[in-house]
Amino acid sequence: MAALLDISGLNKSFGGIKATDDLNLSVEPGELHAIIGPNGAGKTTLISQLCGLQRPDTGVIRFKGRDVTHVPPHRRARLGMTRSYQITSLIMEMSVRDNIALAVQAREGHAFRFIAAARKDPGLREQADALLARVGLQAKADMKTVALSHGEHRHMEIAIALASQADLMLLDEPMAGLGTEETNAMINLLKGIKGQHTILLIEHDMDAVFALADRISVLVYGHIIATGTPDDIRGNEAVQHAYLGEDA
Amino acid sequence: MTRKTWITLAAMVALAALPPVFYWTGNAFYLDLATRLTILAIAAVSLNLILGYGGLISFGHAAYLGLGAYAVGIPAYHWLYDGIGDWATNGFVHIGLAVAITATFALITGAICLRTRGVYFIMITMAFAQMIYYLIVSIETYGGDDGLVIDTRSEFPGLNLDDPLQLFGLAYVSLVVVMLLVKMIVNSRFGMVLQAAKGNNERTVTLGFNTYIYQLFAYVISGAIAGYAGALLGNFTTFISPEMMDWRTSGELMFMVILGGTATILGPVLGSAAFILLEEILVDSLTWVEHLLDGIWGMKIELSNYWHLPFGLLLIIIVLYVRGGLMGLINRKED
Repeated sequence: MAALLDISGLNKSFGGIKATDDLNLSVEPGELHAIIGPNGAGKTTLISQLCGLQRPDTGVIRFKGRDVTHVPPHRRARLGMTRSYQITSLIMEMSVRDNIALAVQAREGHAFRFIAAARKDPGLREQADALLARVGLQAKADMKTVALSHGEHRHMEIAIALASQADLMLLDEPMAGLGTEETNAMINLLKGIKGQHTILLIEHDMDAVFALADRISVLVYGHIIATGTPDDIRGNEAVQHAYLGEDA
Repeated sequence: MTRKTWITLAAMVALAALPPVFYWTGNAFYLDLATRLTILAIAAVSLNLILGYGGLISFGHAAYLGLGAYAVGIPAYHWLYDGIGDWATNGFVHIGLAVAITATFALITGAICLRTRGVYFIMITMAFAQMIYYLIVSIETYGGDDGLVIDTRSEFPGLNLDDPLQLFGLAYVSLVVVMLLVKMIVNSRFGMVLQAAKGNNERTVTLGFNTYIYQLFAYVISGAIAGYAGALLGNFTTFISPEMMDWRTSGELMFMVILGGTATILGPVLGSAAFILLEEILVDSLTWVEHLLDGIWGMKIELSNYWHLPFGLLLIIIVLYVRGGLMGLINRKED
């Protein structure tokens, strides 16, 4: 089967620093593919290029077999790619439900509709509430987003990614800043989603990655040094040396 | 109904009822004041669509007001001096021109301005407005610097704008319609995207919205409404001058919005009312003090020229200490 996402020869430099260095990666439909790497390995730069916020210097990004390297971010979203943010990126002054409803709206196409009140639209409301129920936030739907905890914000990010019903979900460190309990809740949430969506997970938390991933790619200084099953990666010497440390 | 709805209704009923009462009791001046306030409120409500709901701080809104007024004055001028057809005094032609010209101006300049953000956006919107200002100043035919007297008001069937009461009525109905229109827009799906882009533009883009187009659309709607307000203003003052589109006027409109409360429907209206009335009250009370000083000590000091000083102080205090402007004051009590 053709890869859903296929990256070849991707390069991106900032001044003298190579953030992405001849990166090749493919994500198969249905898999949860995790990317791990030490701080500064270029994980976030990679996601920015995938969703179109940054342009690579050279290289090609193919999504569903189509070259999307120069497609702007809102079009990529339309093509079926969605992302969550490492640093929570929600619309804080809007209600929790409004944030999710906006994502539902985005999936339903353009929003050049000026007359009907969006908040009273039963279609939007029901879908938003169903998504909030899926991530366990239905009770907080009417609250202002800013009033929720960090862990809850992370769950909102997942609900937004789900709302898009995207073919590919790019999750940028969904566990960032979470405590142990919250991390476990997030792992359970992602386990429930896994298999229904293709996910490219960028994550720092090793336990989470090894618990969730079908395949893991290891990113070091902008280059992928190994790709394989969790067991392959655990046994890979280069990976142990570069990232997991001698005692891993 | 919420407290806010009640207050909105009460304020709008008061604005409808009081000015005619003043007029009938021989205080025609207050009707004039109310008409000016109402027209400027329309412009402020339109500015609030992009400034309050869109987070786009436009410092060039006076240009639309001025262009709208000139769309009344210029045809009327040619009707009088060049004898062009009577269509040139038709109100629908005037308003059509005002809206078409300002919408086009908003589309062209907005397409450029919206490529910038923050301070750059503020500066470039102001620069475009000043461009129009100097363009008008340079056209001698229409009075240049000195402005132009509009010899005849817009003509509508069944409506006589020379009657101050009817002119006020038109302005008031327009304000209500514009308020309802903006309310509808901001609560629609379009409005959700506009407000989301204000809160977090990148997120809104990655969700799949080309926020640039949404903002440009709002910018054009806002400009067209301000152009309409300008056409009314031209009819009200029957005198147009580049002064109307000066950056100070843009600043005043911004102040009305911020004073009243951004991103609220009633806020800009309250802001314009407070702005216009405060100006009047300060000038009056300073004149009173002048007379007092003259009467008692024979001191001749021209105080009323300096009304801007206490005015500015009051504005600063409100902006500093009342979060959310006058509407913030109302909403706070609701909690």
